[in-house]
Amino acid sequence: MSVQNQSLGIKTWRRAIILFVAIYLLLPIAAMLDFSTKSLSGKRGLSSWRAIFQQPDLIAAVGVSLELAAIVVALVFFLVVPTVVWVHLKLPKLRRPIELICLLPLAIPGIVLVVGVASIYRWISIHVTESPLMLAAVYSMLVLPYTYRSLSAALNSVDIHTLAEASRTLGASTYRMLFGVVFPTIRSGVMSGAVIAIALVLGEYTISSILNFSTMQVEINLIGQTDGFVAVAISLASLIFVFLLLVVIPTTVNHRNEVLEAEHS
Amino acid sequence: MSTNVRGSSAAVKLIGLEKSFGSVKALDGLTIEIGPGELVALLGPSGCGKTTALRALAGLQNLDHGQIFVDEKDVTFLAPNRRNMGMVFQAYSLFPHMSALANVEYGLTLKAHKTSSDKRSARGKELLDLVGLSTHAKHYPHQLSGGQQQRVALARALAISPQVLLLDEPLSALDAKVRTQLRDEIRRIQLEVGTTTLFVTHDQEEALGIADRVGVMRGGILEQIAVPAELYDRPASAFVAEFVGLTNPIRGNVSAGFIEILGLRVPTLPGSISSGTGIALVRPESLKVEATTEANGKVFSASFLGASCRLTIDLSAGGRVVAQVPSSDAASLGAGASVKVAFRSTPVFVKAEQ
Ligand SMILES: Nc1ncnc2c1ncn2[C@@H]1O[C@H](COP(=O)(O)OP(=O)(O)OP(=O)(O)O)[C@@H](O)[C@H]1O
Ligand SMILES: [Mg+2]
Repeated sequence: MSVQNQSLGIKTWRRAIILFVAIYLLLPIAAMLDFSTKSLSGKRGLSSWRAIFQQPDLIAAVGVSLELAAIVVALVFFLVVPTVVWVHLKLPKLRRPIELICLLPLAIPGIVLVVGVASIYRWISIHVTESPLMLAAVYSMLVLPYTYRSLSAALNSVDIHTLAEASRTLGASTYRMLFGVVFPTIRSGVMSGAVIAIALVLGEYTISSILNFSTMQVEINLIGQTDGFVAVAISLASLIFVFLLLVVIPTTVNHRNEVLEAEHS
Repeated sequence: MSTNVRGSSAAVKLIGLEKSFGSVKALDGLTIEIGPGELVALLGPSGCGKTTALRALAGLQNLDHGQIFVDEKDVTFLAPNRRNMGMVFQAYSLFPHMSALANVEYGLTLKAHKTSSDKRSARGKELLDLVGLSTHAKHYPHQLSGGQQQRVALARALAISPQVLLLDEPLSALDAKVRTQLRDEIRRIQLEVGTTTLFVTHDQEEALGIADRVGVMRGGILEQIAVPAELYDRPASAFVAEFVGLTNPIRGNVSAGFIEILGLRVPTLPGSISSGTGIALVRPESLKVEATTEANGKVFSASFLGASCRLTIDLSAGGRVVAQVPSSDAASLGAGASVKVAFRSTPVFVKAEQ
């Protein structure tokens, strides 16, 4: 009886806490929704929301941000993941130095980083291309600490070395070992690294604004300076957009994998 | 069902293996021959190179010197995925994203052992059955106990019908009861499939209990390899005598192949010192203990082990020995009893006095 009472107490507490957090998080969003559906005349309507789609610069900037996110994620998949895995498996001596390098962007203030890369970007925009996609280079640096951390956590949570050796003795080539055993094992770490990278790229403002590239956050900020209602509508829209992106991508990927595994067995 | 479980068995030769890690010589000219279908256990203190030897045989460790032959074929430079050896690791090594059955089938999905999917799943089920886990085929590693995980790992290693099975302390992470159980099961399965097996352990009971022959390693070399009884009764060195089982160091004079201990002339084993004062390494079972008036010692403590009883005895001449006697004889030999300690005249190993 007392055990039941106790668990009932815990349940109540849990609900209360969840409710509190939900209110704390949702209240500002509700306020944004409320504000964005008003207008100066005081009438309710979706005019501010409709206005979002009448901003060609914004649409273009969203496109750029998404492309940047895709490029950065690709860089993470094809450069960071193999490097970190290789260092873990074959070059344990390099683990510390690599970790240090990857964590460096955290220690350097964003503004310092910008000043540092600005001259390079000036050179690039004169001699190579003015495309905002060049931002992917500095972004992939920015996301390093987070992607490295999540990958390294995934690699450390299993004995990847033994798993790799087990697959080798069972007859796996290096390729089959990596793609059949190592990568699937650290999939969750790779996914969370990618999700963080996407969130970071879509939310980045300082660097792109100072380097004069028009990305999503830069455009939102610009519009905010002219029309408060539209700016709030856009902020909310981008919040929902990123949220959907970050929820939908991992679940579809996981689902696809489960289907594959089900087919396999 | 067990008719087609039988795998291939090959003869293995390790010749003069050498491997240094910096200044540490992990292998220092290790030579072992293993007959087809034989289970050899490698025993030795921590850091003596057992794992290194096993990994070298699997191809996971390159060597500085030496050669490895499997069925007369030189595999020294063959990559691990081409050696056809099944290995069970000390650490849990099941692939976490695969079910037990998928783990067992894994080797058969690879080019080296490619099998049609029907045959593959039949073989997978057969092996899970062999290790007694047919009901757990769909379980994922995190849903299995440590012992079950190691069973699946064994099934996975055997699925590819390896020429050689390598076991690196597969039981050391398990608790005592599961350990003895699984140990006997490994032996049963090994006999059933007939695969040549190298089993690394630092638990002598494990080694003596299941191996055809036991090799004792020290400092990267093989000190002695022999059937368990011979290793125990006729150790070739003081190290082996002291490492395997208990010994009582008893001082005595050596001459012409005999040592004088406890008033008795006892033959010495080959490798013992040949003259002077030496220390005989006497097994507790080799000591006879009687309660008589002409006592030469006093029981300090007695501990009951079931069928036998272990007596710690203070000798009146000085020193303390441990004797193991049948429990039926030990009734009158409680602590404080005056006893006469004598010696069954089995050969002993005698080392030089330090
Ligand atoms: N990769 C390595 N790098 C450096 N030294 C190593 C390496 N592997 C083994 N050694 C050293 O080689 C020696 C033998 O190691 P090995 O693992 O073969 O011992 P072992 O007999 O298996 O010991 P244990 O019973 O503790 O498992 C040890 O001194 C160890 O420190
Ligand atoms: Mg070891």
